[in-house]
Amino acid sequence: MQASRLLDNHCSVETPEGIDFSQAMAGPVVRILAFLIDLGWRGLIYAALGMLAGFLGGFGLGLFLILTFLLEWFYPVFFEVFRQGQTPGKKTMGLRVVNEDFTPVGWGGSVIRNLLRTADFFPLFYVAGLLSMVLSRRFQRLGDLAAGTLVVHVDRQQAPRLDETIQPRMPQQALSRAERQGIISLTVRSRTISEPRQQELADLMAPVTGSTGSEGLARLRGMGAWLLGRK
Amino acid sequence: MKEADFEQRYAALWQRLEAVLDAGGKVPPPDERFPEHYRQVCGHLSTARQRDYSDALVNRLNRLVMLGHHRLYQRDSRASLQRLAEALAAFVTAVRRQRRYVICSALLFVVPALVMGVGAWLSESFAYSILSPAQAAELESMYDPGNDRLGAERDSETDLAMFGFYISHNIGIAFKAFAGGVFLGLGTVAVVLFNGLYLGAVTGYLTRAGLGITFYPFVIGHGAFELTAIVICGAAGLMIGHSLIHPGRWRRLEALRQAAAEAVKLMYGATFMLFVAAFVEAFWSSSSQLPVAVKLSVGALLWLFVLWFCFFSSLEARRESR
Repeated sequence: MQASRLLDNHCSVETPEGIDFSQAMAGPVVRILAFLIDLGWRGLIYAALGMLAGFLGGFGLGLFLILTFLLEWFYPVFFEVFRQGQTPGKKTMGLRVVNEDFTPVGWGGSVIRNLLRTADFFPLFYVAGLLSMVLSRRFQRLGDLAAGTLVVHVDRQQAPRLDETIQPRMPQQALSRAERQGIISLTVRSRTISEPRQQELADLMAPVTGSTGSEGLARLRGMGAWLLGRK
Repeated sequence: MKEADFEQRYAALWQRLEAVLDAGGKVPPPDERFPEHYRQVCGHLSTARQRDYSDALVNRLNRLVMLGHHRLYQRDSRASLQRLAEALAAFVTAVRRQRRYVICSALLFVVPALVMGVGAWLSESFAYSILSPAQAAELESMYDPGNDRLGAERDSETDLAMFGFYISHNIGIAFKAFAGGVFLGLGTVAVVLFNGLYLGAVTGYLTRAGLGITFYPFVIGHGAFELTAIVICGAAGLMIGHSLIHPGRWRRLEALRQAAAEAVKLMYGATFMLFVAAFVEAFWSSSSQLPVAVKLSVGALLWLFVLWFCFFSSLEARRESR
């Protein structure tokens, strides 16, 4: 994948099947947002429990303290182990906790990374965790480092489909590998880049297309479609 | 082969896999040919990369492989009684294997406690180096032999409320002792040392004040579980700290990871013991109806039981022989 060579937030792992597959690591900002969403959910549960406990007196207080303790320490463990590494907040932000070999996280890893949350929180508001995340190569907080876990972006299912109206056109000269890749990328992304910018890019390829402006762009797209195998 | 032909040829397989994998995690393993299909898609991914097919196709395959990888290599994450038993057995094995750390942690806890205890017993001002006068006064009222219930001040709260309090407070401390290990073990040393000093000061102060008769029977029962658990959490933290200071032949991070994987086994058992401790503290230790002799002897038995369980029980042997 071209992107993985250019962007350093990708990390690839060789699987037992002998292939490398890569995922984008989640940076501090999305993770903080996911944490805040989880905090919100927990806050709601605390509030509900608090109201319930109010009716039950001493018994309710005990129950409240026990449940808040469990939520405080084991809420993430529960979701990471039973819900494929996704707490509700992480799910909303499209994140997932995995082991460093990209296998699903198990009990041991999840317990370690969440018990070490206190260390990440030190001295306050996750300063230690944030520093560790910024300094480590794969955005790992202290708990992640000790547990050998990563937080990755889950790819969403969305393939920008090729514009069906493009007429395939055979290139009139031999193209280098880099040229082929460039032309294909431009063709595939033709719906997500503005028209003038595409023309600008196509002008760089004027020696290949033999024309500039919208005509050059149309020819280039045609070549892209041909290279992709359209007939 | 052109990209479109490649896509056309295998699209059916990919769609079938996508349908299965996107269905979510709770579905049982797709079918017996799943591993085979998954490996085929792995092959497609590397082919697609090799042939410089478009990013869209490579991303789609990459995603499919990621999902398949997760499904194929998922761990058994079900919780069951058997797993709990296994965790306890792993705990016992780990305690014995890592006894050096347990001993260090115990010394770190007991020595300051003894020094502080003896000091506070001999001179009142010594205790005040740790305890504030307000705390000292509160302690005295807590262990006043005239009280109905012992331990932390309680008005109308029931025993369950105290159970909740002990859980959230005491287990939190123990977890912090573990987590502090990441800071080269300094956090662990600080937490364990301070708790030792505090316990020593309280014991010495109350003994001096003549309240030992209520304090010892109160502490002995749950102390068996709680103090041992704090020492074990300290040992787990020390392991982590030691791995960072002295990683041996490993890279520091690798050493940390291995130490954490071992330390977490200690934490399983320690957490379990802390829950038991909170239970005993709330429902047994605090009772003032029971005769002192009973509480002391049951407490002594609990100590023997905990030490036997951690260091002499045959749980380990049974695990090894399996």
